[in-house]
Amino acid sequence: MDAIRVSGIGKSYGGQRVLTGIDLAVPAGSVFGLLGPNGAGKTTLVRILATLVRPDAGRAEVAGHDVLAEAFEVRQKISLTGQFAAVDELQTGQENLVMVGRLRRLGRAGAKRRAAELLDRFDLAEAGRKLVKTYSGGMRRRLDLAMSLVTEPPVIFLDEPTTGLDPRSRQQMWSFVRELADAGSTIFLTTQYLEEADQLADRIMLIDHGVAVADGTAAELKVRIGGERVELEFGSAADRVLAVADLGAAVLTSTDRSVTVATTGSAAEVRELLDRMEKLGATVDKVAIHRPTLDDVFFALTGGNPR
Amino acid sequence: MTSAYWAVDNSLALIGRSLRISTRNVEALLMAVMLPIMLMLIFVYIFGGAINSGTEYVNYVVPGIIILCAGFGASTTAVSVTHDMVGGIIDRIRSMPVVSSAVLTGHVVASVARNLVAMALVIGVGLLVGWRPAAGVGGWLAATGFLMLFMLSISWLAACLGLLVRTVDAAGGATFAITFLPYVSSAFVPVDTLPTWLRGVAEHQPITPIVETTRGLLMGTPIGSSWWIALIWFGGITLVAFGWAALLFQRRTA
Repeated sequence: MDAIRVSGIGKSYGGQRVLTGIDLAVPAGSVFGLLGPNGAGKTTLVRILATLVRPDAGRAEVAGHDVLAEAFEVRQKISLTGQFAAVDELQTGQENLVMVGRLRRLGRAGAKRRAAELLDRFDLAEAGRKLVKTYSGGMRRRLDLAMSLVTEPPVIFLDEPTTGLDPRSRQQMWSFVRELADAGSTIFLTTQYLEEADQLADRIMLIDHGVAVADGTAAELKVRIGGERVELEFGSAADRVLAVADLGAAVLTSTDRSVTVATTGSAAEVRELLDRMEKLGATVDKVAIHRPTLDDVFFALTGGNPR
Repeated sequence: MTSAYWAVDNSLALIGRSLRISTRNVEALLMAVMLPIMLMLIFVYIFGGAINSGTEYVNYVVPGIIILCAGFGASTTAVSVTHDMVGGIIDRIRSMPVVSSAVLTGHVVASVARNLVAMALVIGVGLLVGWRPAAGVGGWLAATGFLMLFMLSISWLAACLGLLVRTVDAAGGATFAITFLPYVSSAFVPVDTLPTWLRGVAEHQPITPIVETTRGLLMGTPIGSSWWIALIWFGGITLVAFGWAALLFQRRTA
């Protein structure tokens, strides 16, 4: 069953197209990564799915409910952790959590119990009694996430959950996301970090200027721009000429001193290649294996530099 | 539990939130109390000697200061509302199964509560500097109820202004008119001392009947038709502001 289904979603703000014809489906219990540079339309799509923004075109269903016709039902099934920590600075961590619990209909006592559990789980038990304005960025994000998990909703939206966090806090956030995924939640995550999508998402959609430019698993996306390559650097330009003559069409690119050919990356294949060069009398100084990264995919498909 | 039960519980949770935030916003709280007290001292001790109000000036001016204080305090609701709208908290609340305009109700109710406390302090200082109200228990109760209606209507109006502007700084400026109106009314000087063209403004703006009613309830001066004119203003402002706020809220968040 799909937890999220989107077809033909479009949105403009004052003549400026922000999203065009977005189609996607997220199976229940999986992690979906929406990857794109700043201004690609990621947040707008999340806001449409979280019932905060009305799309101009298309349909979207979350947890089996239409985001327009059944917004209230959708809201019972989701939580949203926005790009900027949505916490009250002048309340304590505990008060923020209790407030959400009461808004989520747990009642006063139930909300307090749940707040205590979450403070423990997110390593905020000590800080829970302090005003949020004294918290560090990482603590705010943890509280923000805790506030989204008060009722363990089946569908969780995380809009750039680690933007602006230090590496340690980012790792911590990742492990929370993995725990949630392991517990069976459907997670819709946006990020501008390729590594984050690679690490967390089962499927990735790459968007740029409001248009989906690619989607698939991280592995599939990497295959799209070709497999691994091995680069051989020779002792002299003459050796390189010998190698190019011998390898022929297998050469993908070559420079003054080096040639690059496709490879499976196996040791046997690389050894064979080196033996072949030795027989030829071409001296190989250095060998480098290039594995495509999501960065390559990203730059290849968005056709430019990160903005 | 019925949905009505949860609607009330949600509102209570959000009122509690606004109250807690109010009491911790020390600068705003100090400002809300200190400004009217400073003005009272300035008017009583500095201008008071030169103003002929026909009675002991302190007895004339304190009801006006109370109105100024209530108006100023209630107008700060705009800042709280804008703060929520530009921060992420409103998105969080709107993505939950909650009547999200309850956020506004929370701010308005907290504003009334906060201003009652500020008003009590102003009254205390007034008594210290020689104010001698003539009201009995009934008069005090009537005046308190009347002033609460005033705070309620101004708070809703301020909530609207808070929804109209895009930055917290602008929210502070937008309520300037509310805090300025008392000066062009009978709050500090009798209206018949004003130049004719200004007298017309002063007599027909809402603050004058509100001040006259408060003065009448507390000091025993004649109220005449002021009380019902004031109540019509409250009702009108509250209804329009409430409806407008609901509309603006929907539009701002669409």
